[in-house]
Amino acid sequence: MIRVVLPAHLRTLARVKGEVQLEVKDPVTPRAILDALETRYPMLRGTMRDRGTLKRRAFVRFFACEQDLSNESPDDLVPEAVATGAEPFLIVGAMAGG
Amino acid sequence: MSQIRLLVGTRKGAFVITSDGKRQNWDIVGPHFGGWEIYHLKGSPVDPNRIYVSQTSSWFGQIVQRSDDGGKTWDPPGTKPEDLMGPDGMPKGQSNMFVYDGEVGTHKWYDGTQRPWEFKRIWHLEPSLNDPNTVYAGAEDAALFKTTDGGRTWKELPGLRHAKGQLWQPGAGGMCLHTIVFDRSNPERITVAISAAGVFRSDDGGKTWRPINRGLKSQYELPDPDAEVGHCVHCITMHPSRSNVLFMQKHWDVMRSDDAGESWHEISGNLPTDFGFPIAVNTNEPETIYVVPIKSDSEHYPPDGKLRVYRSRTGGREWEALTKGLPQRDCYVNILRDAMTVDSLDPCGLYFGTTGGQVYASANNGDSWTHIARDLPPVLSVEVQTLA
Repeated sequence: MIRVVLPAHLRTLARVKGEVQLEVKDPVTPRAILDALETRYPMLRGTMRDRGTLKRRAFVRFFACEQDLSNESPDDLVPEAVATGAEPFLIVGAMAGG
Repeated sequence: MSQIRLLVGTRKGAFVITSDGKRQNWDIVGPHFGGWEIYHLKGSPVDPNRIYVSQTSSWFGQIVQRSDDGGKTWDPPGTKPEDLMGPDGMPKGQSNMFVYDGEVGTHKWYDGTQRPWEFKRIWHLEPSLNDPNTVYAGAEDAALFKTTDGGRTWKELPGLRHAKGQLWQPGAGGMCLHTIVFDRSNPERITVAISAAGVFRSDDGGKTWRPINRGLKSQYELPDPDAEVGHCVHCITMHPSRSNVLFMQKHWDVMRSDDAGESWHEISGNLPTDFGFPIAVNTNEPETIYVVPIKSDSEHYPPDGKLRVYRSRTGGREWEALTKGLPQRDCYVNILRDAMTVDSLDPCGLYFGTTGGQVYASANNGDSWTHIARDLPPVLSVEVQTLA
């Protein structure tokens, strides 16, 4: 079971609280996680990656195991700890300040 | 007694503000969609409890929300299990899928080169006059989309971008389609306005379009002041009973057409400045119009720090300042293009929101004003529903 942590605005949109748990078939990649997430919560489609190109939205980041996976290939394997459910896959809104 | 429901979009959420027909005591509910930019909310004229919302974010993109109970509850259309089903058995969730039709094509970029159209957000939603499931959506980069299934799916009306779209160029605020006007006497006629491209009209239900900018002059913005396209139109409005008469607030100049946009003439008259964003027409007096003069295109605040709505009862040229109840010193807010509207009561009620978070209301044709909200986030849009 893959654990996913959504940013607050997307938790509100998807009407979930806390972590989301997803069944993701091997190989577990960022793309596979997002596909599973959007299938379960279709209202999230287009909010993390472009609807047409499926490229990550500029202000959305993917973190796991204290690593920034945002600029890695969406088809790379996620860290083993994420694949086993020991660690969550974090979807984060990029910092904005003023 | 009638009821008034204001739909207020702000930089950080939507607010629903209600009153009875006396329009004296107001109740504010919100924020809905807190933290998101709400460019526009608008209710269906034939089913007022059906309200559509454009919810956007630089982080998470475009969302469309819909209420079927007058704003009490909201859902992105097509995301309930009983809605459209995909092959995997789940809802398709296509309510925020705005894809340009066919070849994307290019428009003019700031540096003069051609650049592909790229969807950014929906600025304006205009529900059909006779079908609650049909809505038109004005996009940035400028295009017109339409749903006929209550917002579950959207299709572009691509003929619009064929109207010299390669010459359209964004202004500082982006290249947005912000105004959609229907003609009650001719269901096939749709008029839209785009910054910075101008006004365009279709007489066949949106299939084909042509620019209707004759008479507009942009001597400080365009190398050819009389260009067929390229004018920075900020807002147009029409009285429902007179479909041939259009009023326009352009970047500079307040304009009028008496032939459905075939030609325009200036009616700025004695305004202290003819720059501004919204324009509105009184429900009961088709020749009574309202603008909010703003000092200049680089100083987006009222002249002299005085917030004044100007009213013309002669269809333009002769204007009077309406100041009672509005701040007359140290006021440096702006009023954006979709942030002024009129109700359908008699006397006509007017409402506008400011970038300072105030919402002002008048229940007497603009003669006097009160603030009904004072500390909201910057207001992007104000629409009103007059409920029986």
